[in-house]
Amino acid sequence: MSFNLRYKPFGERSILIEWPERIDENILQDIIRFKDQIYKNNIKVIVELKIAYNSLLIIYNTVCRNFENDVIFLKKLYKTLKIEHDNVSNRWKIPVCYDSIFGIDLEAISKEKDLSVTEIINRHSKAFYTVYFIGFLPGFLYLGGLDKTIFMPRKMSPRLKVEKGAVAIGGNQTGIYPNESPGGWNIIGNSPVSFFDMNKEVPCFANPGDQIIFQSISFNEYKNIKILVESGNYQIESEVIYD
Amino acid sequence: MIEVIKTGFYDSIQDLGRFGYQQYGIPYAGVMDISAAVLANTLLGNDSGEAVLEMTMSGPQLKFCCDTYVCLTGADISPSLNEKPINLNAVISVSQNDMLSFGRLRHGMRSYMAVLGGFKTEMVYGSKSMYKGITGQFRIAKNDRLAISESKKVSNKKNAKIKGMNTYLESNIIKVYKGPEFDKLSKSNIDYLFSKPFKISKDSNRMAYQLEEKIENTLEAILTSLVMPGTIQLTPDGQLIILMRDCQTTGGYPRVLQLAEKSIDSVAQKSLGQSIQIELINY
Repeated sequence: MSFNLRYKPFGERSILIEWPERIDENILQDIIRFKDQIYKNNIKVIVELKIAYNSLLIIYNTVCRNFENDVIFLKKLYKTLKIEHDNVSNRWKIPVCYDSIFGIDLEAISKEKDLSVTEIINRHSKAFYTVYFIGFLPGFLYLGGLDKTIFMPRKMSPRLKVEKGAVAIGGNQTGIYPNESPGGWNIIGNSPVSFFDMNKEVPCFANPGDQIIFQSISFNEYKNIKILVESGNYQIESEVIYD
Repeated sequence: MIEVIKTGFYDSIQDLGRFGYQQYGIPYAGVMDISAAVLANTLLGNDSGEAVLEMTMSGPQLKFCCDTYVCLTGADISPSLNEKPINLNAVISVSQNDMLSFGRLRHGMRSYMAVLGGFKTEMVYGSKSMYKGITGQFRIAKNDRLAISESKKVSNKKNAKIKGMNTYLESNIIKVYKGPEFDKLSKSNIDYLFSKPFKISKDSNRMAYQLEEKIENTLEAILTSLVMPGTIQLTPDGQLIILMRDCQTTGGYPRVLQLAEKSIDSVAQKSLGQSIQIELINY
């Protein structure tokens, strides 16, 4: 699929490329393909290449003296993208404990949605989520694929302290807080897995285009996995998926 | 080594920032005023990106455990060596047991100290820039012993100094380019932005500078997109926020303007409550 892209200068050294403004897996795949192509073929030195739902930002190490020329180059490069693409990604199985110890907003969502707590957990843990990008906090995954019936507006006043590992719903999104931080999302559980590991050369295991599934675990299982994670002996279950 | 006898309001070790890790949500961090830090390193003959000490509004008290050369740039916080005033923008010879202290803030907001060969503090993901959650500490603390290069090499620029570097420090004109959502602003928004002065709010720090005057906001939020230092966002209640070096990697507020890089340095030197005038430059 080929999209109608918009190219905008963004400061002295950057070009912002925008896709239609929506959350769409076809757009994500197109952005990833274009990003890889720019990595491989660009003739100018790039200091940063980052993506979000419908955008790609290129920051060069020198001032863009001729924006039009840079855009012509990028447009040509975009045309060379192959539609078929051997897309290999990972599907990660993330253990989540939805016990009331952690799921402090489950009752409130249950009341609001007129669904039992068990049903909310079912709907949250049966979906396949797509990783769109990482942002907001180090290791925070922007996930698409939340069941519409459990969309829940952000809290009116954010909590000053949300625990590390908190699994939460904010509007039409769900996510995991990689570290303790303030936050306004509704907390439904906690994952013992580390989403941001400073001991690793690449601090995040998941990449844009990967899939995430949540597996409901008991509090005892949570404690056992937590011990393994902390001693560096926990291996997240994953499988390779081919598109 | 440099021993920290006493800390100032907010002192941290910074270099030019942590590049290539935005894709994991890691902010750049790095010196707020790049021009000042690069100048300090250049005068000493260091690589321009060596780690320096950034001081905010007031300075620490430091004891040198070896002979070296230092250079102070940026804000003037009345520095003195063994209680004798020393110059900014000049290479200063320092001996073992010398005591560097600071006094009253005369102008600017952030002062930089480079040492010959640079600071040799903790390096994380290619950068020594301190940032909470990434480096072990996010600011220096009393009794810290900061590692520096202890080579006996003499600075080859020991008489280097420079004058007249303060125009960007004093100018209240902040130059901006159009941001990605600029064209969604109303005519009256645009007129207001470029004709009225804006006051820097006290809620300003390494992450963002907020401007006090609000403008009418009719723009809708955007699908979470990409931001960088110098991006000016417009919040739903009409506040303008200038993102600075510690800013998040993504954001959902409309990005109405983007500061020229040199103007980010200027903003970093503005004191809280000071007024700025925004001026549009074309691409």
